[in-house]
Amino acid sequence: MKKYRVELDGKSTFAIVQAEDELAAVGMVLGAGWAGARSMTSTSGPGISLMAEFAGLGYFAEVPGVIFDVQRVGPSTGMPTRTAQADLLSIAFLSHGDTKHVILLPGNVNECFEFAQAAFDLTEQLQTPVFVLSDLDIGMNNWMSEPFVYPDKPLNRGKVLSAADLDRLGGFARYRDVDGDAIGYRTLPGTMHPKAAYFTRGSGHNDKAEYTERADEYQSVMERLNRKFETARSMVPRPVVVQTGRSKVGLIAFGSSDFAILESRDQLKKEYGVETDYLRIRAFPFSREIHDFVASHERIYVIEQNRDAQMLSLLKLDLAGEEIVKLRSVRHFNGLPIDARFLTDELVMQEGI
Amino acid sequence: MATATVTNAPAPKTNRIGLPVLDYRGGKTTLCAGCGHNAISERIIDAMYEMGVQPERVLKLSGIGCSSKSPAYFMGRAHSFNSVHGRMPSVATGALLANHTMTALGVSGDGDTASIGIGQFMHLMRRNLPLIYIIEDNGVYGLTKGQFSATADIGSTLKTGVVNELPAIDTCALAIQLGATFVGRSFSGDKKQLLAMLKAAIAHKGTVMLDVISPCVTFNDHEGSTKSYKYMQEHEEAISEIGFVPGFEDISIDYDPGTTYDVELHDGSHLRLRKLHEDYNPSSRISAVKALMESHERGEVLTGVFYLDTKKPSFIDLLNVVDEPLGQLAEQRVRPGKPVLDEIMARLR
Repeated sequence: MKKYRVELDGKSTFAIVQAEDELAAVGMVLGAGWAGARSMTSTSGPGISLMAEFAGLGYFAEVPGVIFDVQRVGPSTGMPTRTAQADLLSIAFLSHGDTKHVILLPGNVNECFEFAQAAFDLTEQLQTPVFVLSDLDIGMNNWMSEPFVYPDKPLNRGKVLSAADLDRLGGFARYRDVDGDAIGYRTLPGTMHPKAAYFTRGSGHNDKAEYTERADEYQSVMERLNRKFETARSMVPRPVVVQTGRSKVGLIAFGSSDFAILESRDQLKKEYGVETDYLRIRAFPFSREIHDFVASHERIYVIEQNRDAQMLSLLKLDLAGEEIVKLRSVRHFNGLPIDARFLTDELVMQEGI
Repeated sequence: MATATVTNAPAPKTNRIGLPVLDYRGGKTTLCAGCGHNAISERIIDAMYEMGVQPERVLKLSGIGCSSKSPAYFMGRAHSFNSVHGRMPSVATGALLANHTMTALGVSGDGDTASIGIGQFMHLMRRNLPLIYIIEDNGVYGLTKGQFSATADIGSTLKTGVVNELPAIDTCALAIQLGATFVGRSFSGDKKQLLAMLKAAIAHKGTVMLDVISPCVTFNDHEGSTKSYKYMQEHEEAISEIGFVPGFEDISIDYDPGTTYDVELHDGSHLRLRKLHEDYNPSSRISAVKALMESHERGEVLTGVFYLDTKKPSFIDLLNVVDEPLGQLAEQRVRPGKPVLDEIMARLR
């Protein structure tokens, strides 16, 4: 940053703060997001736990901010130098009350770079915190990678009204669904218009951002937030799908499991003559391709690096009842990265080959 | 159209930027009648109006509690963020870094600051972020029916007769020790002093920490309370008499340099502090904290500006950011070109 984001007069176009703790870090991120800056923090599991209250504020008050979680082994301090994918479920619903979050799931260092850009665009477009879940395997080990590609699209700063917009409109309601995508328009502090200001709060509010305890007003905001989450389905990175059309067996995985799965699929083909299809989930909420993939296979193995089948549980909440019975689970949670031989043996055993 | 109506009503009085005081008002308060917080809201309105601060250029920030609700009751034309309990400092830090051209006003309470928020409060003071931080201090948790807070004095009693056995945290002494550059205490019932302090606060660039004793008429205004109107009227002891001369007015009014400290603030305004105490020196942390500790021993509530430093760089100065709001820079200033990515990629080969 000091090399590339300092101008000729020596002044910075960025600010980095070493916060006292993760509560402060995420508070600063949301404060900056609210006031119109792109802001982020990065952490691991214990930090995520500390951020829970603010995560709910960000969701309910609809404030942008990006939070990277380089997942390590829990629970509690766990094995802090080892890798896992075990923060998924707690982040999906991080905070009290009916809360849910957009999550991006990069599978390699190149995707960490690309999803960082996507996360900033998405958080400002959707006006909600966006979590990016890497893990210690991707985050701390040295990797080979294709060179990163320079972005071809401009930054998308989302729906922000200027003073001129307010002149034209005569005012605005912060949380009103004007466009049918359940995303309201916001103004930034400092917008020079008498009708620009609104009151941001984590307490009950109506679509004009006024305090409310009215049942219908509260419920209407909560239902719109749900619709906004549906909007997010079609905006988040789509899954990577390898479908041969010849296999009844589909593998579903995410994140750093990718490398082991690619190798294991080769092993299964070479050693057992078994073809598998493969879908790598890259975001939550789930894109429609994920539902289609499950529907077009007889058996689905959800492969993940945690004990409690967290991705499988999330899928269960989203899939139709008749699809859920197809799901089987492969879990690897000893703190080491999942490897192809483990996976091949597990699949061979469960398939009864 | 309006021009068709001829009225003889006088034009409303306006301030130096042409706004009537009405433009500084907010929603109707939902706090108790007689709550000190309402008086503080009124003084904030007066100070902002008299200083001619553009309402749209103000950020209002708060945590949780009676005090933190109050930004809804003043300056409705300013953006406001009522955040989570005890965490307003971090939200304020982020918001100001996104747009450091704003005047930021944080409103907190004694519970929000001295208990759940003490950690963030302390780190905020260290950073000297240009923020006016007001503690509306009543010594009790009003929203949860009047339990003691950590600023309640030892020996003071609740309405129920419960005695506070733990020592009070002096937020002013803490703020001075930790690096705030404008620290004072006032009383919501002392209109003149509070208004002068707020106006000076607006003129200062750095962390202003004002602890304003603000009686809770519902839970802490009885005999035995040390945060009641009566107690304050009997025990308030001003360390100095505060005169404020805004930069946009003639500053050539006489004062006696032997008894009065004259401090020029960042916007050219002058704060004139006439000594009422023997060893009062607002540029010395040691004498400020000493005066505070001695007043506690005497059972007085010392008010006034205790400490002032106009030279220390603010957090924004330390970060050396560009003059424009960071959050609104054009894309070409924040996204380095393709050659930069190519260079980084080449280094990793």
